[in-house]
Amino acid sequence: MKKFVQIEGVGMSFDTKKGPFVALQNVDLTIEKGEFIALIGHSGCGKSTLLNLIAGLTRPTDGVLICDGREIGGPGPERAVVFQNHSLLPWLTCFENVYLAVERVFAAKEGKPKLKARTHEALALVGLTHAEQKYPHEISGGMKQRVGIARALSMQPKVLLMDEPFGALDALTRAKLQDELMKICVATKATVVMVTHDVDEAVLLSDRIVMMTNGPAATIGEVLKVELDRPRNRLELAHDPRYIACRAAVLSFLYEKQAHDEKLAA
Amino acid sequence: MTAMTFDKAAALAAAGEAAPSVARSEPVAETAVVKAAAPGVPAAANEGSAPSPKQPGRAGELLKGAARAALPPLIGLAVLVGIWYLATLSAGGSLPGPVQTWRAAVTLFADPFYSNGPNDQGIGWNVLSSLQRVAIGFGIAAAIGIPLGFMLGRFATLSSMVNPIISLLRPVSPLAWLPIGLLVFKKADPAATWTIFICSIWPMIMNTAQGVMRVPSDYMNVARVLNLSEWKIFTRILFPAVLPYMLTGIRLSIGTAWLVIVAAEMLTGGVGIGFWVWDEWNNLKVEHIIIAIFVIGIVGLLLEQMLIAIARRFSYE
Repeated sequence: MKKFVQIEGVGMSFDTKKGPFVALQNVDLTIEKGEFIALIGHSGCGKSTLLNLIAGLTRPTDGVLICDGREIGGPGPERAVVFQNHSLLPWLTCFENVYLAVERVFAAKEGKPKLKARTHEALALVGLTHAEQKYPHEISGGMKQRVGIARALSMQPKVLLMDEPFGALDALTRAKLQDELMKICVATKATVVMVTHDVDEAVLLSDRIVMMTNGPAATIGEVLKVELDRPRNRLELAHDPRYIACRAAVLSFLYEKQAHDEKLAA
Repeated sequence: MTAMTFDKAAALAAAGEAAPSVARSEPVAETAVVKAAAPGVPAAANEGSAPSPKQPGRAGELLKGAARAALPPLIGLAVLVGIWYLATLSAGGSLPGPVQTWRAAVTLFADPFYSNGPNDQGIGWNVLSSLQRVAIGFGIAAAIGIPLGFMLGRFATLSSMVNPIISLLRPVSPLAWLPIGLLVFKKADPAATWTIFICSIWPMIMNTAQGVMRVPSDYMNVARVLNLSEWKIFTRILFPAVLPYMLTGIRLSIGTAWLVIVAAEMLTGGVGIGFWVWDEWNNLKVEHIIIAIFVIGIVGLLLEQMLIAIARRFSYE
């Protein structure tokens, strides 16, 4: 397997009033094509910062990030982001929100009918054909997040970056969208990096779980390979000893090795 | 009841025979009222209890709601007119009362668009020429202020360059700019327009810049990830996101402009509602001044409501 995304010696520090704040230090990670990576850690550990670095929304203060053989110099549609709070434009319909992305990526090569077909296709993939002409405020939170995923997928990105995409949803909607996402990943062979704080979500979805130490100066603590067969079924996995072992490993990392000492301090 | 009134009529007729025709006619009128009311009451009760025809009930509900909403303002207005009436009673005729003003208004609005030369025109023409001045001054201010606001919101250096100047000039009364306008334009009319321009440009610059700075960073991140062109960023993200702020700026600007135009026209003369007020003061037609106050208030209210309606059309939540 080819190294697709390479993160080499990446560090990130921010200037604050109290002097520089080191958020990330010495982060090294290689992601293969078609792999599903979950970034997990306590809040404030810099997992979203790492995702933003891969997206190119922020530039690292140290080290280098490479995607498909080229250094990441800024954001671009080849690394699509699904934002935590969906970030749909409220003055555009669901169709128009997706079309904006499709148009940007494919308008140079394709005519309008083809662009529209792509948009319909992306919305059909997330099961929202019936809501195409609705505005974001007219649909539920789960549907908005699905439009966000459709928008990201419609660009046919090399890497799909997801920042706690299901964090704001209720448990039932979240489970439904996780199942949909697994099907979509099989269908599109997407390379995905997902930030999450949900242990079950991480184990269910990913090929590898990257566990981050607590900040400041956070780095990668452990990487766990999830060796579960696909397609995965959440009901069967609940009794699978390998699933239980993975879950236990992540929990032990989060609550024993990286137990938050904030509570003790306070 | 009918029996009672007839008894009463009989008693009246028996007691004194003075004017029997009057005595007869009174009870007759009374019975007529009672008869009309008597079938009316049970009918209303039936309508309320009958479940089948729902629509008249709902319409009645709506009517009741409208009445409830309209009643307090109407009472307020009535109280105001009442106070006005009482105040003019005691003032000894120097201030015209509501009745006198109403009569003057009826003759005034019978022909609002007459024109006897530049110094004697109907109130309609005066209002329209004031509105025209506001429209021109405000239009130029919008054409300059809104793009400037966008630039100030987008470029921090420019913003820190211009902001101190704005802070210095904004609190200055627009009328202080009138002599400069007279000097530069050598004419009263463009000077008044210039005053409107000056007073309405600030809210538009400030609110537009504020709106641009408050565009949620999520939207800008979307633009960056999609790598949108500057033009697409402007038309699809910046402009729609800033529009509500811009409309607030426009609303404030028009409000101020309408305040200032009256004062400016008093100073510059010509045709216009402000000049008209001053002219009627010179003619000592005080009732016309009161009418003008109402007209200015109503036009201002309409402008405000129009812009609120536009703003509501463009709100997305």
